[in-house]
Amino acid sequence: MTTTAQAVDLQTDYGVSADVENQYLTFILNDEEYGVDILRVQEIRGWESVTSVPNAPEYLKGVINIRGTIVPIVDLRMRFGMDNLEYGPITVVIVLKVIGDNRERVMGIVVDTVSDTYDVPEDSIKPAPDFGDKIEVAFVKGLATVNEKMLILLDIDKLLNSGELNILD
Amino acid sequence: MGIDLSQFHATFLEESFEGLDVMESSLLNLDAGDSDSETVNTIFRSAHSIKGGSATFGFDNVAKFTHVLETLLDEVRSEEREVTQSIVNALLESVDCVRSMLEAQRDESDYDEAQVKSVQDRLEAILGNSGSVAEETVDEVVSSGSTNNSEGWLIDFKPHLNMIQTGNDPVRIIREIKSLGLLEVKTSFDKLPDLSEMNAEDCYLSWEIELYSDVDESVVREIFEWVEDECDLVISPLSSEIKTEETSPVEEMLTATEVAPVQTQQNPEPVVEPEIKKAVKKRTKPVGENASIRVGIDKVDELINLVGELVITQSMLGEMGRNFDPSNIEKMMDGLAQLERHTRELQESVMRIRMLPISFAFNRFPRLVHDLSSKLGKKIELKLSGEATELDKTVMEKIGDPLVHLVRNSLDHGLETPDIRKAAGKPETGVLHLNAYHKGGSIIIEISDDGAGLNKEKIRSKAVSSGLIAEDEILTDEKIYDLIFQPGFSTAEAVSDLSGRGVGMDVVRRNIRELGGAVDIVSKEGEGSKITIRLPLTLAIMDGQLVRVGNETYIIPIVSIIESLQAKKESINKIVDQAEVYKLRDEYINIVRLYEIFDLQPETTDVTNGLLVMVEGEGSKIGLFVDELLGQQQVVIKSLETNYRRIEGVSGATILGDGTVAMILDVPGLVVMSRAKSSVNEDKVA
Repeated sequence: MTTTAQAVDLQTDYGVSADVENQYLTFILNDEEYGVDILRVQEIRGWESVTSVPNAPEYLKGVINIRGTIVPIVDLRMRFGMDNLEYGPITVVIVLKVIGDNRERVMGIVVDTVSDTYDVPEDSIKPAPDFGDKIEVAFVKGLATVNEKMLILLDIDKLLNSGELNILD
Repeated sequence: MGIDLSQFHATFLEESFEGLDVMESSLLNLDAGDSDSETVNTIFRSAHSIKGGSATFGFDNVAKFTHVLETLLDEVRSEEREVTQSIVNALLESVDCVRSMLEAQRDESDYDEAQVKSVQDRLEAILGNSGSVAEETVDEVVSSGSTNNSEGWLIDFKPHLNMIQTGNDPVRIIREIKSLGLLEVKTSFDKLPDLSEMNAEDCYLSWEIELYSDVDESVVREIFEWVEDECDLVISPLSSEIKTEETSPVEEMLTATEVAPVQTQQNPEPVVEPEIKKAVKKRTKPVGENASIRVGIDKVDELINLVGELVITQSMLGEMGRNFDPSNIEKMMDGLAQLERHTRELQESVMRIRMLPISFAFNRFPRLVHDLSSKLGKKIELKLSGEATELDKTVMEKIGDPLVHLVRNSLDHGLETPDIRKAAGKPETGVLHLNAYHKGGSIIIEISDDGAGLNKEKIRSKAVSSGLIAEDEILTDEKIYDLIFQPGFSTAEAVSDLSGRGVGMDVVRRNIRELGGAVDIVSKEGEGSKITIRLPLTLAIMDGQLVRVGNETYIIPIVSIIESLQAKKESINKIVDQAEVYKLRDEYINIVRLYEIFDLQPETTDVTNGLLVMVEGEGSKIGLFVDELLGQQQVVIKSLETNYRRIEGVSGATILGDGTVAMILDVPGLVVMSRAKSSVNEDKVA
């Protein structure tokens, strides 16, 4: 299990407390707070201009060069069909490891801003209610409450392997 | 513990395969009646090292087989026996057998034992020995009998704890055994206690010694005479049984993995077992394909030199940076120029490591031609040239099968039988010529023959009957030849086991295209045909032309560019207000607006304000309309598929000097896209 191995590393190397497996990095999107598994986060970068990809879906902003590898960047607002927001100095790209179809990919998501990290115990995650057609529930791993705030925990593997991002498509 | 022989298996197998290749090519040079001693010696040496190696590693079947082979070769070598065609053929077949046995060993799969047996019988028949005699000599070498003339002794030497205290040094004993012959010593640390509990005067170690010598058991026993009471000693003759034991755990493991999952399942279905077996096989396979590459020491030395120079340049620049003075700027520029030169040289020599002479791919053809010509009853002379031309290892591996297919096609369909050739006034022996050379950034491989050539009428009628073209369609010669690359096309009257199923040529072309290459064919009826394959030298780096469309930079591979030009208004023509063509000299070339295909905001939509880059792919030319030509540079090709997926019209991406990403255009793909687009337009018109 690579995740546990990494967890141990983090604990010993950086003194991160307790159960790293249940830590989430949260970010803001249209005033809502979303969370992704912190072990999947490779790095956080400021927004920089991208090279657009011909005939790609609109939410695929383009590709950037991260230390020699070509990494596609997805605008999460557009992916969820929200209103566009002008990219500013606090717009960030979260670079994530995405697992799907037996391979690991690196992808970036553009979000409004990065918020915080939280410990979210597995048993406090509640299943998401049926949102109807509005949001594809499959992308939501569950809902959690931290400090009286609601967190929407995302399943990035499903999200970033869906639709046109799926390699098999 | 000792030495784990299995770590050398891969090396041994690799060397053996090389040895087999050498044997094969030497055998083909060996004509009946001519026993050129050097050639025979080469063959003998290869066979001998394969035998020796396989015996050492416990591949007894191979060792036994090669022993018979070696005996025959030895007789040839000492001129006791004359070389006949039947001997050469038998030897060639035995090379195949050894190869199949070694491959089976590598892949942990099975080989055709019956075939090996029959070839071995033939060899023995040639030797004139009855089977038993050969069997006996084999035993002597490989499995070693139980008596004195054995290969050696296995000594299991376990000193008691107090042996050193009695004044006997185990190391001295081992040294003494060493004087008798070659030793292989395995030390067992099983009884070694923790350091804190260790007594310096106690002997915790024990040894398993393999002595390769023909001395008597009593001689060995004598050495241990003084310590007989202080140790457990077992001396047994070395035999092949031990070797088979070594290999058996692998088998056990395999059978265990095969059976275990079935047992754990509550209701085992009969289907499960073969599936698991397959899975086991599959898993073991990649182990054998552990890719490695042999690199000439000169190439490595060159690399080391370059790295040395790079280090010097770097420290020079570092020094300058620390004590920077504006007056030194010129020196700094010089240093940077030097750095650039060294980097490029380094890059080139690293690429050269991956380059192999094409003879690796050509080597199999003498054998193929030899076998097929006798099978087909044709007389064929194979000419090879440009074997030293180098190309990337990956490209080489992928081009092997298409080449075999093309050569087979030439042999089967192209070259005629001697009587037909005679009737046509040609020499009885047909010539098949394989040639390779570098041209620009590509390698060109030509396969030409002086056979019958392509029959245009036959191709045409076949294409009409299989519905590939309409009956009244007018086709240029090139288009007709192109038809043979279509899926499901074959004009061979009878489907032979060599070719004629029509599944080949389209696969050949697809494979070559996947490598970024092209294949075309010229032919003259009655005089022969020539197939030309053009391939990029390497898949990692290429020369690119940077172009701009709107705000985006794209890269066009220079190999596919014919020319770039500023469009003249009078040369642009529209066809039914849909397609645009450009009249270049006496050709009409389809204009493709890159911004339309890629859905971009261009600087200009007027063709005369931008530039047309004429490119060639998929056998036709198109003019790409771009805003501006930027520089040319070498680009390192990066895959988009690693993190994203394939994009139509784009073959990859690269990173430019400023760190941004640029897409590399896939010219053949664009040609196909433009065709699809114009057919949509045609539909609209209709």
